[in-house]
Amino acid sequence: MSQQTELPELDSVGLLRYSWRQLTSMRTALVLLLMLGVAAIPGSLIPQRTQNPIQVTQYFKDSPEAARWMDRFSLFDVYGSPWFSAIYILLFISLIGCVLPRTFEHFRAARALPPATPKNLSRMEHHSSWVANGNELDIARVWFKSNRFRILEKDGSISAEKGFTRETGNLLFHLALILVLLGISFSSLFGMRGEAIVNVGERFVNTPTSYDTLRYGKLYQDGNLPTFMLTADKFVAEYNVETNAPEDYTLNISLLRDGSSVIEKKVIKVNSPLTIGSTRIYLQANGYSPVVTVRDSKGDVAFQGPVPFLPQDSNLRSIGAIKVPDANPQVGFVGSFVPTYTRAPDGGGALSAFPKALDPRLLLAAWVGDLGLDSGIPQSVYRIDTSSMQQIGLKTLKPGETFVYAQGSITFEGYIQWVNLNFVADPGKNLALLGGIVAILGLLASLFTRRRRIWIRVGSEVEVAGLAKNAAPGLDLELEQFVQMLKGEK
Amino acid sequence: MSRTWAFLSNYLVYSAMAVYTLSFIAHAIETAWAVKVPNSTTKTMDYSRTEKVARIATAMMILGFVLLFAGVIVRGVSAGRVPWGNMYEFSITGALAFTGAYLGALRKYDLRWLGLLISISVLLTLGTAVTVLYVPSAPLVPALKSPWLVIHVSAAIISGGVFLLSNVIATAYLYLDKMESKGERTGWAKRLPSLEVLDQLSYRLVAFVFPLWTFAVIAGAIWAESAWGRYWGWDPKETWAFITWVAYAAYLHARVTVGWRGRRAAWLCLFAGSTFLFNYVYVNVWGTGKHTYSGL
Repeated sequence: MSQQTELPELDSVGLLRYSWRQLTSMRTALVLLLMLGVAAIPGSLIPQRTQNPIQVTQYFKDSPEAARWMDRFSLFDVYGSPWFSAIYILLFISLIGCVLPRTFEHFRAARALPPATPKNLSRMEHHSSWVANGNELDIARVWFKSNRFRILEKDGSISAEKGFTRETGNLLFHLALILVLLGISFSSLFGMRGEAIVNVGERFVNTPTSYDTLRYGKLYQDGNLPTFMLTADKFVAEYNVETNAPEDYTLNISLLRDGSSVIEKKVIKVNSPLTIGSTRIYLQANGYSPVVTVRDSKGDVAFQGPVPFLPQDSNLRSIGAIKVPDANPQVGFVGSFVPTYTRAPDGGGALSAFPKALDPRLLLAAWVGDLGLDSGIPQSVYRIDTSSMQQIGLKTLKPGETFVYAQGSITFEGYIQWVNLNFVADPGKNLALLGGIVAILGLLASLFTRRRRIWIRVGSEVEVAGLAKNAAPGLDLELEQFVQMLKGEK
Repeated sequence: MSRTWAFLSNYLVYSAMAVYTLSFIAHAIETAWAVKVPNSTTKTMDYSRTEKVARIATAMMILGFVLLFAGVIVRGVSAGRVPWGNMYEFSITGALAFTGAYLGALRKYDLRWLGLLISISVLLTLGTAVTVLYVPSAPLVPALKSPWLVIHVSAAIISGGVFLLSNVIATAYLYLDKMESKGERTGWAKRLPSLEVLDQLSYRLVAFVFPLWTFAVIAGAIWAESAWGRYWGWDPKETWAFITWVAYAAYLHARVTVGWRGRRAAWLCLFAGSTFLFNYVYVNVWGTGKHTYSGL
């Protein structure tokens, strides 16, 4: 309370200095650290846009009022929110303000000699004395040096100190955390992250338009995208026949780099991405693209090709939409693809019994009317806005079968697989890793070294005493050995 | 062939449970006798009679550890991989790490008074594992096929075992502290170590294992970079690992720099440990995200 009443008397510099001291105090750092932990909690309980955009949309549908309020507090973007950023930025300022002065102080202290032996050693906790033999000081000096103590010899006494590594490690640990943060910010400024669905057999050219989603760091430019081209040659997914769980995914690609005329054959697997320069390509997901041919009433082809469908469960029952804007009137199919067809036990819809395409079926609902593609509102490629359309039929097709309706026909030719590739440039990750490694080394050094002082004074009798900082254990044992050695018992 | 190994593993785990039960009974008898035999002349306990039972209890604990160890190894053999692919396997390995942490600490400190609590919690973990969490032995999903599985998960499981042991000791501290604040320790509690010893022990376990936990998180990040294309993505498991890390970092700071001891430190230790448990139970079973390998 007294501090608060004093505050108005401070001038602006004083106020700044006061705030700085408060911010860099250990107590504040501790509170900020705990706050950071607590602030991270909501992001793990509430769906986040960066991880689970579909669930966030669902949240907005289910309880729009609550969702709008939650959105106002960035609860769907916790880790990019102003309040989360505020906490960790304050924490790091506090950390820097705490660690830097201590680093300088430590440098000074490390070069300084240990303080002189106190006058009254018997006051120390670990004190022992016995009648002198005469050569104890020499023995002690050798022992201190071989055990790498820093020593100050004065007036028949030695003051020895060891364990500076503790503070060195401590400071190193905290500086390493700053390094990690630098690495993260570097990545977010200069990094790139994109996703693309590529049908097996198709080609991917690395230009911004080839991506389904593409996010740049604030200082990343379009021109920074490396030039290369790849073709997905072959994709093999293996599944366990008992549990239906996936066992292995292998993607074979042909890669053509910029300025090269040689096509390289490469393999991408989960856990072993492909590295092209600073870009890494990850195999993240896969699914099926049914191949269809849509004809109009005259029999002319209005659409032909594979259409990626989105997997809905672990057995890869997939949903999607086939849009034919070029037909007249426009036709759309809301579809569901099951790789291994079976019916739900309660007589419900079609299900997939196995993720591999052992007995594939394409289930279609055909619609005619206006697909609404010209309205300017972006649409999902996996859904159809049927508000101004009319349903004209439902059909389940085996490969090769055709569904004929009044305005034309659709043939289920077969299927191919697609892979979802992630393209990532993360230039700060090595810095962050370096920070992580240094942090662990620093931690080990600071948690497992003990700082202590040992004194010896030789007059008519030998006096030995010690002092352990932070009440570190083990000094009594060390002193015992020291004394035994001095007495020549060991 | 793999099925035979899986059955053998199950037998070993069940045998371990039987032996842990014997250990539990021995610990219970030891505790009961210790309560019953106060020596009124010296006002200290006479443990000569309980010593034999205590030895049996510890021997059983070691035997249980060996059996469970074999069970975990054989489970790995049955699947042709390290046995850390689903929650059943995490649980039996976690129980193993917990007993291991206890037996390891037992070499240095006399912690046998904890045996009752340790054996019952290991039994409960194994019981849950074999009844609720059991899934047939199967190969790994592609994302788990990496040498980092061994490095990351072993570091995380060992850290978890030690964190929980430290939590048990902090709980004992709080219980005894409450008892002492009402008056003297009674009965069984008299033979437990002093509050200072418990306080120090709980701290030392955390200080010992915190670098390992840091390593587990970093190893996870390196693995995530190669499997998922980012080293940190605030996946619920990652978030809670971070929260646990932050909580223990705060605990260490509070002790070393601010000088917290005793009750406040014990509560902070419990809070940090509970974030680890929450991560293990909630995120594995009910959570979403990329770490849901429970197979449930």
